[in-house]
Amino acid sequence: MIVRQAFHIATTGRPGPVLIDVPKDCLQNMMTWYWPTDEEVLESLPGYKPNTKGHSRMIKEAARLILDSKQPVLYVGGGVLKARAADTLRELAELINTPVVTTLMARGAFPDSHPLCLGMPGMHGNATAITAMQKSDLLINLGARFDDRITGKVSTFAPDAKIIHVDIDPAEQGKVRRPDVPIVGDCRLVIEELVKTIKEMLANGEVQADISAWKSRVSGWQEQFPLYYSPSDPGEALKPQFCLEKLHELAPAGTILCSGVGQHQMFSSQFWKFEEPYTWVNSGGLGTMGFSIPAAIGAKVARPDRTVWAVDGDGCFQMTAQELVTASVERIPIKVAVMNNSYLGMVRQWQEMFYDERYSEVYLSPELPDFVKWAEAMGCVGIRVESPEEVEPAIALANSINDRSVVIEFRVDAGEKVFPMVPAGFGNDDVLLHPNQNDRREFLR
Amino acid sequence: MSMTPNTTSMPSHHILSVLVQNRAGVLARVSSLFARRGYNIFSLAVAPTEDPDFSRITIVVDVESSPLEQIVKQLFKLIDVVKISELDPRRSVERELMMATVRVASEDRGQVVELANIFEGKILAVGTEAITVSLEGSPDKLDDFEELLRGYGIVELQRTGRVALPKLDKEARTRPHKNGKAS
Repeated sequence: MIVRQAFHIATTGRPGPVLIDVPKDCLQNMMTWYWPTDEEVLESLPGYKPNTKGHSRMIKEAARLILDSKQPVLYVGGGVLKARAADTLRELAELINTPVVTTLMARGAFPDSHPLCLGMPGMHGNATAITAMQKSDLLINLGARFDDRITGKVSTFAPDAKIIHVDIDPAEQGKVRRPDVPIVGDCRLVIEELVKTIKEMLANGEVQADISAWKSRVSGWQEQFPLYYSPSDPGEALKPQFCLEKLHELAPAGTILCSGVGQHQMFSSQFWKFEEPYTWVNSGGLGTMGFSIPAAIGAKVARPDRTVWAVDGDGCFQMTAQELVTASVERIPIKVAVMNNSYLGMVRQWQEMFYDERYSEVYLSPELPDFVKWAEAMGCVGIRVESPEEVEPAIALANSINDRSVVIEFRVDAGEKVFPMVPAGFGNDDVLLHPNQNDRREFLR
Repeated sequence: MSMTPNTTSMPSHHILSVLVQNRAGVLARVSSLFARRGYNIFSLAVAPTEDPDFSRITIVVDVESSPLEQIVKQLFKLIDVVKISELDPRRSVERELMMATVRVASEDRGQVVELANIFEGKILAVGTEAITVSLEGSPDKLDDFEELLRGYGIVELQRTGRVALPKLDKEARTRPHKNGKAS
């Protein structure tokens, strides 16, 4: 019964892992096989009844706000992916012609190449996505939770925006920002209802407010503030952003990307272009360093037809690299790109920017461990890349190897920082742009 | 005589009546939710209900309304929690039991016995230097009685924490918390 309950709880409502603690005396006991029916499982959980269908009056109110809004933004979170709602989301976005931001957990829920897609908002989001949220008059939150990495200082977050909050977990409603229209329900079911309701209202002669001025403002920001890094001059250290761009460029269609936690994670989210759902595996708010290699192994087992890349930092890699032994023994061929800047890069960035360059416990050796030898010792192919012209051939070689895992060590520039950045405790209006874009700051209005 | 304020009857206290599945570990999960957020549980009473599969936990907690709303939502996420009602003190009946041993010489014992009688308490045990009394009633009444006993010197005192049920008159609606009950 407990096992059945666990699966039921893990896969319904707000889905997630369930821990079953089995004491050793239970493990060693005999039991008679018993498979409870669905009804018995439900009956055994009188305190667990997740609500999936949104309240119809709330959905009507939401539709009304959407049609009246002049500056709407769809704020899309991981709940959309959990609810398998990517297609419905696209229908809604196109129906109301509204810009979409996808949080770290929702990358891929809406295609980056879509003209309505603004990409990732938040602490290391792009300036357009951040500013569009700040200036909007209506945030349509679908399966996101107003995380502090998105809102920055909450009291200054999107001050003029009304809030529609769709979340299957009632505890998320009003936790950070009080919604004007809370809708407790499954994202897919709720978005479907929203689309239906809006279509009916439009068919009844109602019209959506004119949002063309808003959209031209948004595209103005997009022109002024593309994601940017200074490419390295010949002979200088590699830029991690450049490696990510090349990895994406050379990746076979449908490649799944996993990352650890840190600068490389943000560069991955920024410089990889996600076109389909479930091609990005990330630990998000849990901030699990070392996540990428185990995640990539899991992704490859689930989707053996896909190429799976793990992007890792040298800090993260040293936490879980040993799992590559499992990959080799079990013949699960994944590809790993280690961005070796010989630092815990994100911590270093904070110490540089906010702690007067008082670096503490962030420096790792550039030479040790020898990542190539380590990879080889674990049955993988190891490749070291130190200059820009080696990048493409190394990635091409890695992509061509399918009988074992491959590790590429990119020796990248330790001084590189992730921009834009909203410093912790600051509001999104105080976003730090890349130094080369600072002279355009006035356009962020 | 120390002037302890009668904190049990202060209005910032909220009474939560939480119906849970009657099994091991549930109380720990419920109470740790308060602890994690740094809120002290003022009093707590747990016992099975008329249906032995379920227990009712009566929690009195000193929290502002907005964090309480979040706590209630988080409580309701616990699989073992079936229902949560916040009881309005004006619309519910509350009872609590107190036992106290008071140091009192035999010549003054009569005064304590008299007090106990006035409050409709009981004498549980009598010794040469001390007396043990019990009192059941509303928490306010217990506060008053406790205050008076202090004058004699309390050796030991134990209160059970309150239990509460909604009043039976027409206005006695429990307030099921917003989103407190799905389905």
